[in-house]
This record gives sequence, structure tokens and C-alpha cells, in this order.
Amino acid sequence: MQNKNNLTWKIAGEAGFGIKSAGMMFGKIFMRAGYEIFDFTEYPSLIRGGHNTYQLVVDTRPVNSVFKKNDILVALNQNTIKQNLAELNSGGALIYDSDKVKVSPAKLKNDHVQNIGIPLTSIAKEAGGELMRNVVALGATMYLVGQKLTIANKVVKETFSKKGKKIVDNNLKALKAGYDFVKENSKDEFMCQLPTLAAKDNIFITANESMALGAVAGGLGFYAAYPMTPSSSILHYLAKIASKTGLVVKHAEDEISVANMALGASHMGARSMVATSGGGFALMTETLGLMGLTETPMVLINVQRGGPATGLPTWTEQADLQFMLHAAQGDFPRIVMAPGDAGEAFEMGHQALNWADMYQAPVLILSDKLIGEGNTTVPRFNTKNVKINRGKILTQAQLSKIKEYGRYKVTPDGISPRALPGMKGGLFIANSDEHDAYGFSNEDSQNRIDQVDKRYRKLDQFRKIMPKPLIYGNPKAKKTVVFWGSNKGVVLDSYVALPDKIKSKIRIMQYQYLWPFDADFTKKILDSSKDILLIENNPNGQLANLIAQETGIMIENKLLKYDGRPFFREEIISALKKL
Amino acid sequence: MQEKDFNTSYEPSWCPGCGNFGIFIALKNALVELGLKPDNVLLVAGIGCSGNGVNFLKAYGWHSLHGRALPTAVGAKLANQNMTVIVMAGDGDSYGEGMAHFIHAVRGNANITYITHDNSLYSLTTGQSAPTTDKGTRTKSTPDGLIEVRANPMSLALSAGGGFVSRGFSGQADHLTSLIKKAINHEGFSLVDVFQPCVTFNKINTFKYYLDRLYNLDEQSNYKANNLEAAHKEALVWGNKIPYGLFYQDKRRSYGDHLPQLKGQPLAKRPVKVRNIDQLTREFA
Repeated sequence: MQNKNNLTWKIAGEAGFGIKSAGMMFGKIFMRAGYEIFDFTEYPSLIRGGHNTYQLVVDTRPVNSVFKKNDILVALNQNTIKQNLAELNSGGALIYDSDKVKVSPAKLKNDHVQNIGIPLTSIAKEAGGELMRNVVALGATMYLVGQKLTIANKVVKETFSKKGKKIVDNNLKALKAGYDFVKENSKDEFMCQLPTLAAKDNIFITANESMALGAVAGGLGFYAAYPMTPSSSILHYLAKIASKTGLVVKHAEDEISVANMALGASHMGARSMVATSGGGFALMTETLGLMGLTETPMVLINVQRGGPATGLPTWTEQADLQFMLHAAQGDFPRIVMAPGDAGEAFEMGHQALNWADMYQAPVLILSDKLIGEGNTTVPRFNTKNVKINRGKILTQAQLSKIKEYGRYKVTPDGISPRALPGMKGGLFIANSDEHDAYGFSNEDSQNRIDQVDKRYRKLDQFRKIMPKPLIYGNPKAKKTVVFWGSNKGVVLDSYVALPDKIKSKIRIMQYQYLWPFDADFTKKILDSSKDILLIENNPNGQLANLIAQETGIMIENKLLKYDGRPFFREEIISALKKL
Repeated sequence: MQEKDFNTSYEPSWCPGCGNFGIFIALKNALVELGLKPDNVLLVAGIGCSGNGVNFLKAYGWHSLHGRALPTAVGAKLANQNMTVIVMAGDGDSYGEGMAHFIHAVRGNANITYITHDNSLYSLTTGQSAPTTDKGTRTKSTPDGLIEVRANPMSLALSAGGGFVSRGFSGQADHLTSLIKKAINHEGFSLVDVFQPCVTFNKINTFKYYLDRLYNLDEQSNYKANNLEAAHKEALVWGNKIPYGLFYQDKRRSYGDHLPQLKGQPLAKRPVKVRNIDQLTREFA
């Protein structure tokens, strides 16, 4: 038995085996016991079959990244042995269904893996049904890591309460049977003892749900979407809470309709948002330009997956950055931001609605599968930082004082006061043709220049208040690590695990805002760096290209990964040590 | 309110004799007769000659992307149910680029009125075949004759669950006025497909072509517009005789009427405040 501060648990089997529900219960149990959790699922785009895995990292300190290697592996089928056994740490434990899975005890011994065969099928059947193998394995795990069943019982009850008392009771039986089996049959398999912690006011949530919650807090009125992995959980969550929060959620016929519907709602004055993944965003691009030209506020979320085309539907990637910067024909101002984790996703959810209203422009949020579908523990969100700023929307009283109202009047800051349809005296056309101050189609040379310049001045206003890239580590260090988006988790978690001597030589720069681009700040940091390491989940280094375009600084040292898997902590620790 | 109160300072840019004028007059008359004011009307226009009309009709306007007028109008209506939302788009916009939106908007039954300017041709782009062009017609894009068969908006709308399916003719502005009034008053999605001869590029589907063929369903004492089977039958009539008027109307509830969260003040008019998310966050604990 050993004392540990963190633990990595992985359960694997076919889709339909209850992998996801076991993982969610595991996460909630440990969260309520005061631990921090990050989870990561691997699954093919299938409803039944295929190989599904669910990995959870439990830690005493905040965690937002995954390991390649695990401490405990739960194998619900033979394929797991083939696919995942090699990922077990030396000294780790293999829990497997001895009714169905064959292992070589000699090999396990040789690999220093504890052999914990449990007749999961028989035990589950006895408790009421084979489907509960996952819960038996969960009970077994609880014993192995020195946890009592008090919290687990409660979480199991909650998870199955909708299915009736009998199902709840059967699952509780299965949980206890798994726990007891290991207790009775173990010699010294009691694998580790995690420290006892005080419960925190944390929640276990994905960045998708966090962003949705942020937007709801920020007064979201209208949300439209078409299902697309890995963005769909935003739709599911918002649809679920729509009627009780007074929100309208529309599942439209395609992403083109989605973008235009939300635009119609925004035009009328409702705070509006859409979310999709790369393919759906591609369909929205013409409408993105319309948002720009009509200066209608909109928040668009792209939860990236592996592209192009259908690509890797259920895997993670960061290869849409340059696309988001350039999508749609013509030139128009936009804001592009990328959350690094669920906490940032919550804040961006409400901030983006403000930016959209204040600058009357599309605001693009670039997330990805890793954090979009990965649950993490974060302090329970509150609305302390949530402020509503609707920018220059006119009241009826203000509008009535204006003699000849022009929705697109050229103003010094480029932002033209906005009337909403239905107001008296505010008539205008929101026009997809270039237009004059009133919205009438207008192709005059000077008008065109005035309108283009006016729209771009809005971005200059935003630049003045745009948050700077974030700096972590030693701000004076000469070795600089550059990243954006979900790599925040793995970069910071790896950094913390480094020896102090290495840590003191590293500073880390995170871009939350990718457009407009803060070239001055970037130059200041990179010009004062001796070594630069850029980390991105795409094949060419899209942020590196953006930095080169905006500053002329070429970053040679790029750590790029594009196999659909996130960076594992082992990979980043090794890269940081080499820097 | 008078018809001229719906004019802007812009002179219509349509060709002299264009069928769009008839629709324009009928629409303005309908708005006047219904007592609507420019401030309370949102006109969502497609791209094409009809869409340019957004510059000439005094109301809140939205000039959409080609094919995308309908979803914009649906979103707008859900956000502000107090506004009268009217969509104007050509046959290419409605049944070509926007065909999917058309079918789904009919299914969804949001309370908007769709006036299609159906001249059986792409005219602003100088005369290519449209979805409503007859098979065999020679156009710039089909010099050897169109291979596809003509799309049938009436049948399509009826099959998709249309609750107000009608056809007008821009050569009969009085009838069209009354049809548009009925359509606007209908609590749900209303389609008014209007034959609108293009005097410049379409030498086949002329005013005379329609005058020679049209018969008015509204004047037929034995035709009842609440009979879906009869409507399907009339929708298939094409050739020497062509029906127009109200094919079908029912009382299906509109999309917005199904949403409890839209009761009371329009969504877009509610003050935007920070929502209390305390209870919502507890579900993740």
C-alpha cells in the first residue's frame, strides 16, 4: 500500500457497456470527497460496439490534463487487454471481468501489474442484471483506493433515481458486492490510500456546459443549433433548461438556417448564440459575413474536432484557428477568443455576449473536444463577474430625440447607435448589400470607403480594452512556452510537476484572444526570449503562423500533435525539461 | 395610413411593366387595410429583383442572403411576436437555394407570411432556368431545354404540413390584396406564391399566358379550402388550366404558440438582466 496524491483510473469496453455512466459516477464520488478531477473519453462515432474508454485523473490539486499511463484499468472486454494494458503503470492494478476476459498471470506479474480478476458478470447478474458490471467494478475500485461507500452510495442513488427504486437497489447491491469481493479476496491488493480531504464547493462540468451556463447568466435569449459532435451537449443542456430560464432554443434544419435564425432573433434585440463544430461552421460562413456587414451582434462557438470534412468526429484538434480568422468572403471585423478550460469557458460565455453587443459584430469562441466534452472540477460558478453591457442600444426616449435616425451613421468610434425593430422612428434596412447610413443599398465609392472604415474602427475600440495574453511561471524567464486553448491544462499541470530549478527558467504565454491580435505584447515577450516553444494540436502551427504574420517573428521550435489525441502530461513534461 | 405612407424615398428600380409592381401595390394595400404601421412590420427580403423591393417599402427591413430569408424571419418572429413579419423572395431564392428552408419553415409553422415572386426564371442574373421553369424550356443555362421537371410549390407546401397554402397573380392586385390580408391574419406560416411575369426575360409565362389559364378557387362555390384532399388535387392541376386563390387553410398552432417561455412580453423586449444560476450550478455538484 502506498500513499498517493493522484490517481488515474480508466474503464474500457464496448459502447453500450455503461462506460460513460461509470465514469461520471466515479468523477462525482471523488469530487464530493474533495478531490479535483479531469476526465477524457475516447470513443468512435458509433452507437453500439467499437472501443470506448473513459479516463479520470483524481488529484488533490486542480487538474486539467490526462496521462498516457494509468494506475487502475478496468477491462470489461478482451479488447481492452489488447488496446490498453500497455498503458498501465508499473505497480498499477488491472481489474477485469474474469467471466469474460482472459489474461496471462505470468505476464502481469512480469509487468508488475496487480492481477485483480473479478467475476463481474456473475456478481452483476446476482445483483439483478449483467448491465451493472460497471457498477460492480466501481465498487471494487472504491475498496482498492481506500474509499468508503458512503458517498458512492449517494451518487449511485442519484444516478439511477429516475429509473425507479428497484434499479437503484440493484445498483447499490452491485456496488457493495464489488467492494466486498475485493475486500474478501485481497491479500495486499489494497492499492493506495488517497489523503482525506475536506469537501469543496466544486462542480463537475464540461467547457461546453460551462460556456452555456455563462451565456445563460449573461442574459442569452435565443440559441439555435444543429447537432454536431462535439458541440451537441451545448444544445442538449440549453434545450433542457430553456423553458425554465425563459430561453428560446431552436434545433434548425441545418447550420445555415441556424446562423440565419439566430441572426433574425438578434436583429430584433434578443441576445443570440449558436454553436457547432468545424463542418457546421463552414456552412455558416456566408452568414458570418452578413453578421459583419449588417453589424448584428452574434456569438458563434466552434467546438473543434479533427478535420477536414467529416475528419475525426469524436477526437480533438486545434486546426480551425486560421479558418476562424478568415472565414467568409470580404473583410470585416470580428473577435476571436479561445477558452483554456471550463472556468474560462464560463467567463467567455457571458463576456462574448457583451462584446457582440458593444461592437455590433460577430464574436467567435474557439473551443475543442478535449475540454468541450471533458468534465473537470471547478469552483461552483457564480455571477460576481457577470455584467451586462448592451452597448449603444437606444431607448425609445433617446431615439425619439434623434431627428433623422440612421442605423449606420458614420461615427468617430465606428459604433452606430442601434434601434430595434418595433421602435417608433427607428426604421432602417439591415442590408446584405453595401449600404448607406440608413441601410439603403448604395454602391458609391465614397460611401463604400466610409462604411468599411467605420466598421473597422469598432475593432480599434475593442483593442483598447482587450485583455492581454496571460503570463504564467517566471515572468522574467528567457524560455517561453506559447499556447492557446485547451493546452492550458496540460501545459500548466506539467509545469507544476517540474523541479523548481527548471520551473524558474520558464515562462508561459496563453492567448485567450486571437483576434484582434496583440502584436505589441507578443513582440515584447518573444523578443526578450532566448528559447521559444510553441505547443499546438494541429499539423502546421497555426498560432505560429499568426504570430509570424503579425510580428515577423518565426517560431522554429514547435511541438505539434494531430492524431486526434490530446497532449499527454508525459509528453509535455519531457518537452519542458528539454527546453 | 395610406398606401403612400409605405413608400420610401427610393423609386422602384424594376423594369416598366414588371410583375413586381402588382405585388408591391397589393402588399401596401393589405398593410393599410389591416391598419399596420411601418414601425410594426419587418420585411425580410431575399436576393433578386423582388429582394431589391426592401429598399422601396417603408418598414423595418432585412435584406437577407440568397436563399436564407426564411430562417431569418423565423428567428425574428420568435424573438418579437408583436411584429408582423413578411418575407419576400423570388422563385430561385425560395425553391432553389432556399428549398430546404422552405420545407422546414412550412413544417415549423412560425407565424410569418411568405410572398414568393414566382416568374419561373432567374431574372436579375439575366435569365437562367428556375426550379419553377417548365421542363423543356430553353434558357441561358439550358440552351437545349430544361431536363428537370417543374417544382410544384403548392404540392410541396401541402405535403410539408402547410396551414395556409395559396397562389396569387400579380395581374390581379385586388384579389392579391385580399389574399395577402388573409395570409397575414393567419396564425401560422402562410404561403402566397405569386405568378409574377418577367417582362424582360420570360417570353413564355407572360401576363396573357396566365390570364388565359387561371381560374379562381375562391370563386368556386363547391371548393372548400379546409379540405386537404381537394387541395392536393387542385395543386396538381397544370397546363391549359391553372388554379389560383386559397388552396388550403387549417388551424394548426404556430411554432411560437407552443413555447411557454414566449407568453407575455416579446423576448427581444424583455430587459436583459444577469440570470440567477445558483440552482443550475447545483445540478453539477
